[in-house]
Amino acid sequence: MNKKSLGQRLLRAPYILWSALFIIVPLFIMGYYALTDAAGNFSFSNFSDLSRYKNAFLISLLYAFISTVITLIIAYPLAYFMTKCKPGTQRMMMILTMLPMWTNFLIRTYSWITILSNTGIINTLLGKIGLGPLHLINRPGTVILGMVYDFLPYMVLPIFNVMSKIDVSLTEAAEDLGANRFRVLRKVILPLSMPGVVSGITMVFVPSVSTFYISQKLGGNKTMLIGDVIEYLFNLGPDYYNVASAISLVLMAIILVSLFIMNRFSDDEGGGVVL
Amino acid sequence: MKILSKLYMALVVLFLYAPIAVMVFFSFNSGSSVWVFEGFSLAWYGELVFNSEMLDALQHTLLIAVISATASTVLGTAAAVGITSLRSKLAKSAIMSVTNIPMMNADIVTGVSLMLLFIFFGKMLGLSESLGFFTVLIAHITFNLPYVILSVLPKLRQTDPALAQAAMDLGCTPVSAFFKVVLPSISSGIFTGFIMAFTLSLDDFVISYFTCGHYQTLPIVIYNMTKRTVTPDTYALSTLIFIVVFALMLLYNVTLSRSEKKRGMSR
Repeated sequence: MNKKSLGQRLLRAPYILWSALFIIVPLFIMGYYALTDAAGNFSFSNFSDLSRYKNAFLISLLYAFISTVITLIIAYPLAYFMTKCKPGTQRMMMILTMLPMWTNFLIRTYSWITILSNTGIINTLLGKIGLGPLHLINRPGTVILGMVYDFLPYMVLPIFNVMSKIDVSLTEAAEDLGANRFRVLRKVILPLSMPGVVSGITMVFVPSVSTFYISQKLGGNKTMLIGDVIEYLFNLGPDYYNVASAISLVLMAIILVSLFIMNRFSDDEGGGVVL
Repeated sequence: MKILSKLYMALVVLFLYAPIAVMVFFSFNSGSSVWVFEGFSLAWYGELVFNSEMLDALQHTLLIAVISATASTVLGTAAAVGITSLRSKLAKSAIMSVTNIPMMNADIVTGVSLMLLFIFFGKMLGLSESLGFFTVLIAHITFNLPYVILSVLPKLRQTDPALAQAAMDLGCTPVSAFFKVVLPSISSGIFTGFIMAFTLSLDDFVISYFTCGHYQTLPIVIYNMTKRTVTPDTYALSTLIFIVVFALMLLYNVTLSRSEKKRGMSR
């Protein structure tokens, strides 16, 4: 028995060491940078400078919120319709949803420029029927489109997974008791699929709020999101590591608080747990 | 209703594949632009063989993906077994909370914090270049580990501990009981974890961007290209990758439905 527990301690020891060294320590070093100036002296100035980036924070939160809502509106019916298909079609749809994730997301985002630009595919087609050109690129809506596009699979897959495991006898019972399709959806499927919705929202919101590529390519550098600010400052060189660390810490805090609030909210709704 | 739902599904698929269709289409462009289509040509596919920057990057990406997925699968499976046997609830939830951090956190924060760690220790050790192959590898193993652990843990929970106990009562050592009894029953979880780790590693851009230094992986090279001009050879390589993955998935789907049919018939 003793030998066995020693063995199991040896099994988890490397991982505990690893996660301490590469998950915990980096966060502390980031905190150290955030609380010092470029010369290494203790200072709060990085945090008092943060008000300069208030707009970037607010815009990032707003864009991430909007794109998460749109993604949910697109993904939920899709997942629902998928569960109504034959098993073969369901699997095919799963593959079709996952496959874009294996194509580099930078290229998929970049391709949208070819579609949307002033001389792009949509405007060329519009021009052929005597319309346009429409100004589609480098606008706030384009950035949101990019977020919705890039992260849609992350919303579809968890919702579909949870929905497809709902016991058919539950919906049948509701139908037998006289509920119509819409009522079954609202009273049975919607509450039972909440855990999938919650993890979908998490998986879309976190990358959206922190992205720095989509806004650069589709927003034409007009909109600086908080991810852009962090990337920009780190590229300026070591003198800017301190303030960039402070921003990253605040971003992390915002994400953790949002996730926490959402988990509380979903618990009230009847029980999905992400954390 | 049925037609409407089919139409809706088709529209979403169209949305998901529009940029990919553009990518495939322009990979056959005879001109050097990804904006103006001049004519059909396979020239860019031929050019790929000579594009050493991109081929090197592809090789780096595959190397990092294979090593990091293997290492995180071994380390993560061992950790999952070790965590399951923990009796203290507090220790268990502490470890799980830490495990969740890289999954919950934004990639950019994970990447930046790891970069600062490497630079900090690089400075302490007096290295002139603190970022490179090993730092990307460490970063990839770190963000892969939670996915492996979380796909192995549920399988371990479904495995009856009495099985391993029985094997030991019948004379197995704890080690051979693990390999003969526990491992086979969690193998599907380990496999899922490995595949997830592998694909996450292949696809990662943000964390690599901050930790790679001059060791460029494919997403980094593509990123640098989109900062200058993208030529159709990038699209050609991505099209090839897309076709390979698509073929593998179709094959998997076909074998799966075949085995299902067989099982159905024997019943």
